Amino acid sequence: MAGKLISAVFGVLAVCFLLLPLVVILPLAFTSSQFLIYPIPSFSLRWFEELFTTPVWRDSIVNSLIIGAGTTILATVLGVLAALGLREKLNFISAPLNTVFLLPMVVPAVVLGVGMQILYAKLGLSSSYAGIIIAHTVIAIPLVIVSVANSLQGMDTRLELAAASLGAGPAATLRHVTLPLAFPGIMTGAVLAFAVSLDEVVLNIFLAGPGQRTLARQMFATLRDSISPAIAAAAFLFIAGTVLLTLLVLLARRRFSGAR
Amino acid sequence: MVDYHIRLDGVTKTFGALRVVDNLRLDIVRGEFLSLLGPSGSGKTTILMMLAGFQDATEGTIYVDGHMINDIPSHRRNMGVVFQSYALFPHMTVAQNVAFPLKMRGVGRAEIDARVNRALDMVQLAALSERRPAQLSGGQQQRVALARALVFEPGVVLMDEPLGALDKQLREQMQLDIRELHGRLGLTIVFVTHDQSEALTMSDRIAVFNKGLIEQIDTPRMIYDHPATRFVAEFIGETNLMEGEIAGREGGEALIRLDSGGMLRVRDRAEFDAGRRVLATVRPEKVELSEAPAAINSIPVAVTDSIYQGDHLRVQLQGPGQRLVARRDRRAAEWTPGAKINATFAPEDCWVIVP
Repeated sequence: MAGKLISAVFGVLAVCFLLLPLVVILPLAFTSSQFLIYPIPSFSLRWFEELFTTPVWRDSIVNSLIIGAGTTILATVLGVLAALGLREKLNFISAPLNTVFLLPMVVPAVVLGVGMQILYAKLGLSSSYAGIIIAHTVIAIPLVIVSVANSLQGMDTRLELAAASLGAGPAATLRHVTLPLAFPGIMTGAVLAFAVSLDEVVLNIFLAGPGQRTLARQMFATLRDSISPAIAAAAFLFIAGTVLLTLLVLLARRRFSGAR
Repeated sequence: MVDYHIRLDGVTKTFGALRVVDNLRLDIVRGEFLSLLGPSGSGKTTILMMLAGFQDATEGTIYVDGHMINDIPSHRRNMGVVFQSYALFPHMTVAQNVAFPLKMRGVGRAEIDARVNRALDMVQLAALSERRPAQLSGGQQQRVALARALVFEPGVVLMDEPLGALDKQLREQMQLDIRELHGRLGLTIVFVTHDQSEALTMSDRIAVFNKGLIEQIDTPRMIYDHPATRFVAEFIGETNLMEGEIAGREGGEALIRLDSGGMLRVRDRAEFDAGRRVLATVRPEKVELSEAPAAINSIPVAVTDSIYQGDHLRVQLQGPGQRLVARRDRRAAEWTPGAKINATFAPEDCWVIVP
């Protein structure tokens, strides 16, 4: 009984610790005040209006969406291919290759940023959308690989043998059997890739020019010079977007498992 | 002339130093139901995997209809495969599963529908065509797998312990269903199992495997009544084995001097000369029990246990130097443990093999 009480109290505290920062910042998005402070004098949508009308903010939102979309597509395609390839226990290369693919998860972003800055200068990719998308893809790929590999691991390999025996060549088996069954993992990987791209600041500082300033980067910059409630509004957008995406994935997974 | 549908010629499969299948020669007759029977690790499943094209033969050649198929990939072999784990596609309905091989072959929509319906009717599942595999019982799933493997009318169907995951009653029903389908459709079926009674029930011929080699290949009747080796005699059904040597011949029967003392008169096999070490085998249901000794083949025994098994009585016996077992009709005397009686059998019920 006491044990149950303790774990309940601990659980509530943990949830508070995770959610309080959000609860604190979110109402400020609707303040009418010039400053990021409590109490809120009255509610207004002026900071959202500012977000969508001021060129700096609006461009940063658009940039985030462009770069996020590009990263999601690139990282998902490459990650799925890598996960499929790494499944084959071909030879002694597979295991080391797996480690290499997952390395960007543990390498500090600062280190990656410095390295890429030097490389990009030589390749002429500095301050370009392509450069940022590639950089974000590098850190997003491991997440896609892990979630897709997870899906593939849970799959009965005999399903693919069965497909072959029924007349499906390798391409048809991939299209009709393997990919549909890996779909939940692919969806999860794609959302994670988008979230990572949205959230990335360090690589952007090193690699992006003013033309590729993203929402996260803009929030970071704004924090330093003017603490405007526009940051809270941006944070609100961020959180709303993330929750929406998560719900989308949950829905897709539910539909899929309901289909089972 | 026998019409060989499939021929394996010197087929060997090795995994590292392990020879799972060793220089196998096997002809499979068109339209026959051939069981590959053996304990796990005897190479029977590996043979099926090579036939289906899931694994390559290390050496040797596989022919179908006289054409070598070693280099033909699975999806062009046109063989139906039924797995123990069913291997139904979980994201498709029953109807979509059965339609899959037809779709892969570019069959038109209307014809697909007609053939899927016919295949599902055949396995009595037409009512469940819109269900997903997870909503079906194990037996229903296996029937869907069967319909899926038959709907594209392959000449050969390969089955890898397809009934292994089902409970006993359902398994026996499915055995009869598959046997009936085989007779009706005239298919060549290669059926892997480790269940000897399943093999006896279903097969035209049984190939008994041990350590990558065929110990014996013959009809169920010959395999049971005339096992070629000790392994076959012990693997198929239960048997009593008595060691001895050929002492001579008399009146078309061979005489065996048992190591435990006593003489047996058995069905003669000309290939065994006098002095040859042999094993005399008698099936438990051929052993008669009586209080008085019989004129021939009479072994004095003591009853150690008498077990009621519903349709028969299993009597455990201790003879001179060895144990015996008899299956008796339960209406006969209920032999009580400790009773001193005699076990006997007819010469023609005793089959002699080399040890």
